[in-house]
Amino acid sequence: MIASLIAHDIARPPMLAPLSLRIDSGCVTGLIGPNGAGKTTLLRALAGLGAGPGRVTIVGEAPGDLPSAKRARRLAWLPADRDVAWPMRSGDLVQIGLGPGAPRDDTAIAAALALADATAFATRRVDSLSTGERARVLLARALVARPDWLLLDEAVANLDAYHRLDIMALLRAEAARGAGVLISLHDLDLARRHCDRLLLLHEGALVADGSPADVLSPANLARVFRIRETPLGLEKAPPV
Amino acid sequence: MNPRRLSLLLGLALVPLALASLFWDPAMLHSVAARDPGLARTILIELRLPRTLLALLIGGSLGLGGAAMQGLLRNPLASPDVLGPSTGASLGAIVAGYFLGGGVFGVALGGMAGALLALALLLALAGRGAATNTLVLAGVAISALGGALVNLALSLAPSPYALYDVMFWLLGSLADRSLPQLALAGPIILIAGGFLLARGPQLDSLALGEDVAASLGVNIARLRWLVVVTTGIMVGAGVAVAGSIGFIGLVVPHLVRPLVGNRPGAAMLPGALAGAALLTAADLAVRLPVNGQELKLGVLTALIGAPFFLWLVVKDR
Repeated sequence: MIASLIAHDIARPPMLAPLSLRIDSGCVTGLIGPNGAGKTTLLRALAGLGAGPGRVTIVGEAPGDLPSAKRARRLAWLPADRDVAWPMRSGDLVQIGLGPGAPRDDTAIAAALALADATAFATRRVDSLSTGERARVLLARALVARPDWLLLDEAVANLDAYHRLDIMALLRAEAARGAGVLISLHDLDLARRHCDRLLLLHEGALVADGSPADVLSPANLARVFRIRETPLGLEKAPPV
Repeated sequence: MNPRRLSLLLGLALVPLALASLFWDPAMLHSVAARDPGLARTILIELRLPRTLLALLIGGSLGLGGAAMQGLLRNPLASPDVLGPSTGASLGAIVAGYFLGGGVFGVALGGMAGALLALALLLALAGRGAATNTLVLAGVAISALGGALVNLALSLAPSPYALYDVMFWLLGSLADRSLPQLALAGPIILIAGGFLLARGPQLDSLALGEDVAASLGVNIARLRWLVVVTTGIMVGAGVAVAGSIGFIGLVVPHLVRPLVGNRPGAAMLPGALAGAALLTAADLAVRLPVNGQELKLGVLTALIGAPFFLWLVVKDR
């Protein structure tokens, strides 16, 4: 069991109002909310990126203060954009996740690519991959150091249905080995079925926190997402 | 290809090039040695040795500086010329030439002072923690200003002879360089180059963006200024001794990067060696007399480099 990640009064005005939260390792926590709710800003703040008040600690240490060799094993942050500046090979890209200056570890690279079902792309250039394939290679980059914490921004957004389920199962397995997983999601069905806990952000504030059944209540769906559940699936809620 | 094997191959290619540069025109050297062995030794040690080593060092510094800048800015068009230190060095050397009488050390120190001044201006304009794009735009503006000031200095030349000297120096050449010039530029280039090479893994991680690199523990602001200042000093030392030699810094990284899997950091050492090989080869080519004159090195590198760069652009279109 790895210690919790604790955020003390972090704020990123105007995107994110001051908030404190504690996320436990060993479970998959989903971060949901409409576009512009502050999900990306919160994930960045938890990863120690961007300037602003507040503190993030894991076992009393701020991840930003750790030396880079230790940092890659403590926490990995995966941004939502899939840009890669140079047409590198997938395996070389995954190596970056071990941290600058870490010796090449082909075993770890192969294992991470296998976890993300991206073994077939190991020697291919990333510019020859589709967006979803590249997303899986970049996920392998985040996994390669087997970090204690995974902060994943829209990690399954471009994936096909099979790979969405595959990656959610992978994150479940990562949590089972003791890692803490925080993933932002737009797919509420995945959030409901595959997360242990959901954080609901709305206009930069944390408005609900709890089990998927509680957070995805009809009241929250209507107020925050402006949708409602019907026997045929989700539909737009009538304007209030 | 494995970067180490590529570096080894390029390093081996340097040996015949360096020997050819050192013992250029063996028939002439032989006849001089037959008449006056002391004179032959003087030619070898005081003319050929600095010329050869400066070609290796300056070519290496240009290839390395270009690879480092492109990796840092994640931009295949970046090169030391882009950010202003090269132009600053030209300006500084000209001003020092006018006011300090054009001695070897005066010009060299003026060149390095100019490069550092251009960088100080860049730091002041772009500010600490500036975005990479801001840095590039500020560098382009400083280069343009430096170019205008170089032209101003040329038009205010105290005499036609001074103008002629400066213009020829600006074209870039390694002919008739001396041991003191080597002693001045050599250590600076070697130390700055070693420092840049050590930043390779950090530049590799920049391929995923500055934020991912930061999340992996790279101090982006510090890395940016360290690479910019080190490259500036290194290139400034080279320009101060040899004048401006274009296109090596821009083109060489494009040659070697695909051979090392497009990793920007891994391309630095092969880039330095390929730059050294190219400049040494170019410096051999300019010794073939054209119209009774030695061609200027900077003119040749631009004549070959610019069309070659165009070809690279068209090929990837």
